[in-house]
Amino acid sequence: MTTHLLTLTVNGRERTLAARDGLTLLELLRDALMLTGTKQGCDGGECGACTVLIDGEPHLACLTLAARLDGRAVETIESLAGPSGVSALQRAFHERLGTQCGFCTPGMVMAAEALLRREPHPSEARIREALSGNLCRCTGYVKIVESVQAAAEDRA
Amino acid sequence: MKAQTLPARDAAPPAHPVGQRTPLIDGLDKVSGRARYTADLPFPGAWVGRIGRSLIAHGLIRSIDTAAARALPGVRAVITGADFAAPYGVIPIAQNEWPLARGKVRYRGEPLFAVAADDEAAAEAALAAVRVDIEPLPAHFDCDSARAPGAVLLHDDKAGNLERSVEHDFGDVEAGFARADRVVERRFHCAELAHAQLELNASVAQWDVGQQRLTVHSVTQVPYYLHLTLAQTLGLDTSAVRVVKPFVGGGFGHRVEPLNFEMVTAALARAAGGTVRLELTREETFLTHRARPDSDIRLRIGVTAAGEITAVDAEVVQRGGAYAGYGLVTILYAGALLHALYRVGAVRYRGWRVYTNLPPCGAMRGHGAVNVRFAFESVLDELAGELGLDPFALRRANLITPPYRTLNDLQVNSCGLPQCLDAVERASGWRERRGRLPQRPGARRGLGMACSHYVSGSAKPVHWSGEPHAVVALKLDFDGSITILSGAADIGQGSSTLLAQVVAEVLLLPMSRIRVVAADSALTPKDNGSYSSRVSFMVGNAALRAGQALREVLVEAAARSLGCRAGAVEWLGERCTSTGGERSLDFAQVVRAALADSGTLTVKGSWSTPPETQGGKFRGAAVGSTAGFSYSAQVVEVEVDDETGAVRVLQCWTAHDCGRALNPLAVEGQVQGAVWMGLGQALTEETHYHEGLPLRANFLDYRVGTAVESPPVDVTLVESLDPLGPFGAKEASEGGLHSVPPALAAAVHDAVGVRLRELPITPDRLLQALVERQREQRRSARRPPPTPAAAPGATPATGRPA
Repeated sequence: MTTHLLTLTVNGRERTLAARDGLTLLELLRDALMLTGTKQGCDGGECGACTVLIDGEPHLACLTLAARLDGRAVETIESLAGPSGVSALQRAFHERLGTQCGFCTPGMVMAAEALLRREPHPSEARIREALSGNLCRCTGYVKIVESVQAAAEDRA
Repeated sequence: MKAQTLPARDAAPPAHPVGQRTPLIDGLDKVSGRARYTADLPFPGAWVGRIGRSLIAHGLIRSIDTAAARALPGVRAVITGADFAAPYGVIPIAQNEWPLARGKVRYRGEPLFAVAADDEAAAEAALAAVRVDIEPLPAHFDCDSARAPGAVLLHDDKAGNLERSVEHDFGDVEAGFARADRVVERRFHCAELAHAQLELNASVAQWDVGQQRLTVHSVTQVPYYLHLTLAQTLGLDTSAVRVVKPFVGGGFGHRVEPLNFEMVTAALARAAGGTVRLELTREETFLTHRARPDSDIRLRIGVTAAGEITAVDAEVVQRGGAYAGYGLVTILYAGALLHALYRVGAVRYRGWRVYTNLPPCGAMRGHGAVNVRFAFESVLDELAGELGLDPFALRRANLITPPYRTLNDLQVNSCGLPQCLDAVERASGWRERRGRLPQRPGARRGLGMACSHYVSGSAKPVHWSGEPHAVVALKLDFDGSITILSGAADIGQGSSTLLAQVVAEVLLLPMSRIRVVAADSALTPKDNGSYSSRVSFMVGNAALRAGQALREVLVEAAARSLGCRAGAVEWLGERCTSTGGERSLDFAQVVRAALADSGTLTVKGSWSTPPETQGGKFRGAAVGSTAGFSYSAQVVEVEVDDETGAVRVLQCWTAHDCGRALNPLAVEGQVQGAVWMGLGQALTEETHYHEGLPLRANFLDYRVGTAVESPPVDVTLVESLDPLGPFGAKEASEGGLHSVPPALAAAVHDAVGVRLRELPITPDRLLQALVERQREQRRSARRPPPTPAAAPGATPATGRPA
C-alpha cells in the first residue's frame, strides 16, 4: 500500500495529510480530521448523507478519492456556523423542524447551501430537485423544503 | 435570608411552553454537525469488530474452526455462539435467538462468528480465515411451504412452524352476517418492508478488565431492554453493565428490541479485553431487519343498508422470518386493532405467525395494525360504493363515543375522530371536488379517504416487573438550573424537548433553566424505551408529576421565607409572592431557601397505567390495550397515468387527534413523517429475496421516496383532551400512518376504477390491473348481457372472495 502527501483546504484551514491509496474524502474527514458532522448512511452513493462542498460544488464524500483533492477546497457542515452562531440556513432548519433525527441533516444542509449559493431564490421545484439525492426518512421533506424556502427569503 | 418587598430586577413572566411551537432543544447540535451519533464517538485505539454471516438459509452447524483466524497478526478476538451464556428475545416467553447462531443457522446472513482486530484489513483477513462446516436442511421461504404437512421445523418446539396462532371471537359473527344487507369478502397482500432509518447500525463496547464491567454505547431505542439482554447473554450481573444511548439517527421500530450486533460487540470487547467498535454496512443493516412482515389477509365485513358494521371475520398470516422477536405481539396487534376503531357488532379473528428461513421481522411504525387497516378501510370503501353511501358517511355511521369499551375490552377515554373527519372533508374540498376533478388521458385524478387509530403506549409493559411504567427524576442545585434525568430515548421524535416543556410548564420557568440528561443507565432512571408511542403519554405524565413534586418543595421553602402558609404563596415561576403580592422572592432566593434545608434537591415523579386500561382477561388481551387512543382521518389526492400505471400523489390532508399538542411543531413533523412513510409502503417499498438471499438490501433497490416525489401534507391537529394524558396529550407519531395506504388505494380506484389489493401499488401492478380490466370488459362485451341481480362491481351477500 502506498501513501501520498496531500495538501488541501478544509473549512478554510490548510491541511497536509498522508493519504493511503483508496482513501475516501469521507474517511479523511471523519477518521483523520475528526470532522464527524459528515455522515455515512449507506454503502456508497445511495443516500446523500455525506454531501460536502468541493470548490463550492456539492459532492458525495464517500465516492470522492482523497488523492484527487490536492490543492482544492472542501467545506463541511462544521464550516457554516460563525462566531455569532449558526447560519441563516441552519437556523431555518432548526426553527422550522427541517431536522428530526438529524442524521441526514448535515448532507441536506450542504446540498441546500450549494443550491442557494448558485440560485439565491430557487423555486420549490428547484429546491426539491437539488435535494433529491439526499434521503430523509423522518420528515417527508415537507419541513425541509419549508426551511430552505425560509432561508432563501431571509437572504432577500 | 429576608424576603424583599420587590424583586431586585424584573423577573420574567410565568412561562407556558406547553402548546407552543418549540424547536428541538438539541436541534442546534444537529444542524451544526456537533451532534454525536454512535459512530461519531471518539474512542481512540478501539479495535474494529466484524461479523461473519451464514451463506446458507437453513442448516446444522457441524463446526466453526477459528484457529487459523486467531493466529493472524492484529487479530484480538474471534468469537462464536459458544461465547454466549444464554439466548435472547425481547419478549420474555419467546427467547429463541442467539447473538451468534448456535446449533443451527436459520437464514442467509445470520451472524455466525465475529472478530475484533487492529484495523479493517486485519478484521477482513480474520473473517476469511474462519472455516465453517454446515449441513444444509430444506428451507422455507414462504408461509405455505413452512406450514405444509411434514415441513422441516425451524425450531423443534414449534410444530407446524407456527410461532403463535390466535383465535379471538367476540359476539355472534354468524348472526351479524345474517343481519347484514351487504357482505364483502376480499383477500389482500402486503409486501414486507424495511425501516430504512438513515443511520447505520453501530455499537461501541468497552470492557473494563480490572473491574470486570461493561459499557455499551449503541443505536438503541430501548436502552433498558438492551441492558437486561447484555447481562443475560454475556452472563453478567446487571450491575456490571452500563448502557448509553448517544444521538440516534432514527428508529421506526428497527431498534425497539436488543439486536444481535449489540451483544456481539460486547462479547468481542470482553474477549479482546478492551474497546471494540462495530459498524454495520447498509446491507447488514437491512439484514438485521425486524420490520413489517409480508402479510396475507382474508377479510369479510357485513353492513346494514344504513352502513352499520354488523360483523367482521378476518384471517391474517404473517411471514415472520427465522426468530420470535416481537412476532407474537405483531399477530395479536393485527387482531386487536383490526376493528377497535369503530363500533362493530361481532368479530372473529384468526391469526398465524409463521417461522420462515428469512431475516426476522419485528415491530415497525404502526406495529401490527397497518396491513389490517389497509384491508379493513379498503373493504369499507368498496361497501360504501355498493350502498351508495359517501365513504365519510359510512365511517360516521360507526363512530364510538367515549367513554367506550370495545368488543375486545379496550378502554377508550377520548376520541376526536368525528372532528378529524370533518377537518379533512373540509380541507380537501371533498364534497365539492370528488367526482368533478379534471380528467385527461394519462392524468386521471382521484380522491380517497380512510381512518386509523393507535395506542399511546402499551398499557402492559413487555417486562411486567411491578414497577411504574415511567420514572423521571429532577435535580435542582445551587446554580438555579434544573436537570431532568430520564431514561427515555430521544431518537429524533423530540422526547427530550417534550419533557423540558412539561417540567417548565409545571414550574412556570423558562426552558433556558432546564437541561435534559437522557438514557445513560449510570445516571438516569430506568425507562422502558421509545416504542408503541409511549413516551409522550407515560414519560410525559412522570415528568408532570416530578415537576409538581419539585414545585411543592419550592413553594414550602418560599412560604417559610415569606412567613406565610404554603397555600398563601402565589407561584409565578421566576418569582413568587405571598397572597396580595406585598412580599415577593425571586427564583434564586427560593432556591437558596430550599437548599438551605436539604442541600442539592432531587425529586422524582412516576406514572402507571390504571388497571381499567390494561385490557381484558382472555389470552393475548394485553396487546392493544392503552391508556389513550389517538385517531386520524386522511384524504389523498392522486394523479394516475393510465398508460403507464404510475401514481403521483398531489396532496395529502390529514387530521390527527393527538389530545393536547404539547409541541405542535413536533407533532406536525411526526404526522407528516408518518404520512410519508405510509405513502412509501403504498407506492414503492418492498423487500425481495431469492431463496433467502436479499436482493434489495440497499437504497437503490429498496425505494424510499425523495423530495421530488413527496407531496404537500396538510395537517390539522384535533385536540380531544384525554383525561389521563399529560395536559390531555396522546400519541402523534404512528396513528397517522395506517390510514394512508387505504386512502391512496381508494384514490386510485376513484381515478381509474380499479381496486388494488396488493401493496405496494407499483406501476407494473397497476398497469396489470388496468390491462386485466380491459380484457374483462372485452370478454363481457362478447357475452350475453348479465341478469340484473349480478350487476358488474357488486358482490352478493354470499359472494366468494375476489
